[in-house]
Amino acid sequence: MKGVLWTLAWNFGLISLMTIGGGFSALPEMHRVVVDVYGWMSSETFANLFALAQAAPGPNLIVVALLGWQVAGIAGALVAAGAICIPAFAIVFTASRLTTRWNHLPWYKVFERGLLPITLGLIVASACLLSIAAAGPRWGGYVVTALTAAGVLWTRLNPLALLGIAAVAGILNLV
Amino acid sequence: MTASPSPSESGGQVVAAGLEIGCWELFLAFGGVGLCGFGGVMPWTYRMLVEKRRWLNEEEFANMLSLCQFLPGGNAMNMAICVGSRFAGLRGAIVAFVGLMAIPIAIVIALATAYQAYGRIEAVEAAFHGVSSAAAGLILAMGLKIAWPQRRNPRVMAIAAVVIVAILVLKLPLAWVLLAGVPLSILVARVVRR
Repeated sequence: MKGVLWTLAWNFGLISLMTIGGGFSALPEMHRVVVDVYGWMSSETFANLFALAQAAPGPNLIVVALLGWQVAGIAGALVAAGAICIPAFAIVFTASRLTTRWNHLPWYKVFERGLLPITLGLIVASACLLSIAAAGPRWGGYVVTALTAAGVLWTRLNPLALLGIAAVAGILNLV
Repeated sequence: MTASPSPSESGGQVVAAGLEIGCWELFLAFGGVGLCGFGGVMPWTYRMLVEKRRWLNEEEFANMLSLCQFLPGGNAMNMAICVGSRFAGLRGAIVAFVGLMAIPIAIVIALATAYQAYGRIEAVEAAFHGVSSAAAGLILAMGLKIAWPQRRNPRVMAIAAVVIVAILVLKLPLAWVLLAGVPLSILVARVVRR
């Protein structure tokens, strides 16, 4: 049992350093480790756990807690979550301290101005990718994506209400 | 830049002077974001930071998000750490981060336990089809809000368009796009004044 927890901690700690550009970027690597290398679960279980994490509120990376839970119960969940969080936390915290110090330096301004369009492109591209993945061949999904975006931009509705309407549309098989 | 009461208007050295935010407030703010974030938390982070509490303006949000995407870890997790550390140091970073993660982790484990006991429930799956499409819409709207103030900046619009084509049409891996795109874009930012 202890051996499994160490293996979990080590592997997810490494994955933590590879998640650049957001939680999804490490998904293939997680799949490789828990399914192919250690055989802790089938590919189908992995997909189900991912869908569950998506259905729950919270950051996408909480799927890691579920993978740990599948491998070694609550202890596994805590170890996996800690391993994915702590290395990234240390790096991001340090970077955030440094950048507050550099904030007013000209070269840092250039760096920020250079990153901005990349970030913008990634946000829009990921919205499109998620919409395609969610809708599949059914056009109803794209309508829901477009209407929700319009709802955020041009109405004062709370986004939770928009998500609720979309859930009802799903249950009524409109999506 | 809008006239929102943002901490950066005093110039780089920020925050400490302008905005004091307590740890408890940070915890609650990010806890709320974590609880609302069905299908992705970033639109909720944007709404909370820029529109509701006005701790950052659009541009500061975009700059911080850029840094977070470039560093290891989930984007929303990293945002919590950066915002927490900026307004309340190490303790702020820890409480914002824990606020964002703790309750969702508890919920997802409870869900998984229930799922193991009862298996698939069709109505829930159907509802989730709708929610995931809508969640993509929330992200799209956030992207458009960040793009709007930049709409007359050809440099930003052109590079963003290239990134979108690289990922959606050419289907290049994210790592390539970052490794090639970031240095090039910084170079362009250096040459082009705007």
